[in-house]
Amino acid sequence: MSTAVADNKPAAAEVVPTFTATLMIRRFNPEVDEEPRWEDFDVELYETDRVLDALHKIKWEQDGSLTFRRSCAHGICGSDAMRINGRNRLACKTLIKDLDISKPIYVEAIKGLPLEKDLIVDMEPFFDSFKEVNPFLMAGPVKGGKERKQSPVERARFDDTTKCILCAACTSSCPVFWTDGQYFGPAAIVNAHRFIFDSRDEGAGVRLDILNDKEGVWRCRTTFNCTDACPRGIQVTQAIAEVKQAIIKGKP
Amino acid sequence: MPEKSASNLVAEPQSPPKIRSPKRPAGTLYRGKEGMWSWVLHRITGVAIYFFLLVHILDTALVRVSPEAYNAVINTYKTPIMGLGEIALVAAIVFHALNGLRIILIDFWAFGAKHQRTMFWVVIGLWVVLLAAFIPRQLMHVFGG
Repeated sequence: MSTAVADNKPAAAEVVPTFTATLMIRRFNPEVDEEPRWEDFDVELYETDRVLDALHKIKWEQDGSLTFRRSCAHGICGSDAMRINGRNRLACKTLIKDLDISKPIYVEAIKGLPLEKDLIVDMEPFFDSFKEVNPFLMAGPVKGGKERKQSPVERARFDDTTKCILCAACTSSCPVFWTDGQYFGPAAIVNAHRFIFDSRDEGAGVRLDILNDKEGVWRCRTTFNCTDACPRGIQVTQAIAEVKQAIIKGKP
Repeated sequence: MPEKSASNLVAEPQSPPKIRSPKRPAGTLYRGKEGMWSWVLHRITGVAIYFFLLVHILDTALVRVSPEAYNAVINTYKTPIMGLGEIALVAAIVFHALNGLRIILIDFWAFGAKHQRTMFWVVIGLWVVLLAAFIPRQLMHVFGG
């Protein structure tokens, strides 16, 4: 019996291989710095680590002053959008092994919103334009019965744009938004699209009027940076094009 | 001594930390893909064509002032440098025209946004073909005498 137990003992735990990656992080401390500065960190990482894990390692083991936002760490809350190697990505959805670790990994704050500290920007202008498109169901009393019924086809019409997590990766990847902060930005238009094409909603006219503004959908220059940046895979430029068409036709 | 220690207990008036936003918030160049670069090229060629048209309208309007002045100006254009400039002009116009059609398709064709990348490379392909047909002829005109 005892020998059998001894045989069942697991072999010595395999050492999980690690590798070293260099992260170049664009730091900015508003109390000390005039301008942002690049700082590099060497971190020991596992194959399965994400950029967020690397940032955690730096914050917990090397420099506690590194400042960044993150909440759920699983791509749902939309807190940790940042520019990784020059492209807007969620730090919690970007695996280190998908990046070229022979070169430093460049991490900086998203562009076009006021930089507050290190990787944190002021999101208020972003949320202001989100609020301006009335991102809620606008509908009068239910006509007949108790429910607002919707067929699967009607639901599928706006399914893509329901996925938005408001991380601002799209809006802060838009060259028009960088130079003109008044532009509503892709995220606000995506959230307007979600209600404009909802068969239960009755406020499409109001939203189309808001987006027919000089700073509305017509500012879109179809650079497709937003579609490429979206961590939820929303076809953002397609959604903006559909809103443009709806404005031309005067109805969704 | 007691006075000194008592004074130490009183919090010294601290100047509030200076908090300011950076002057240059931009960082590295954003690494957009075909869509962004086609937009950059479209804007550059558009502005270049605008300035050409400005000069072109002015020199053409000269014919109303006096045909001699018009001829004098047009003759100054007949140099190899202007000949090469014409190649740049045709390259800019052909790209702007083809990419303009691509943008119209993105806006008005239901599958335009889906196929924008393919359409960008079609634009580049057509651009190269058209220029390959034009540039040798133009060089023959300019340098062939």
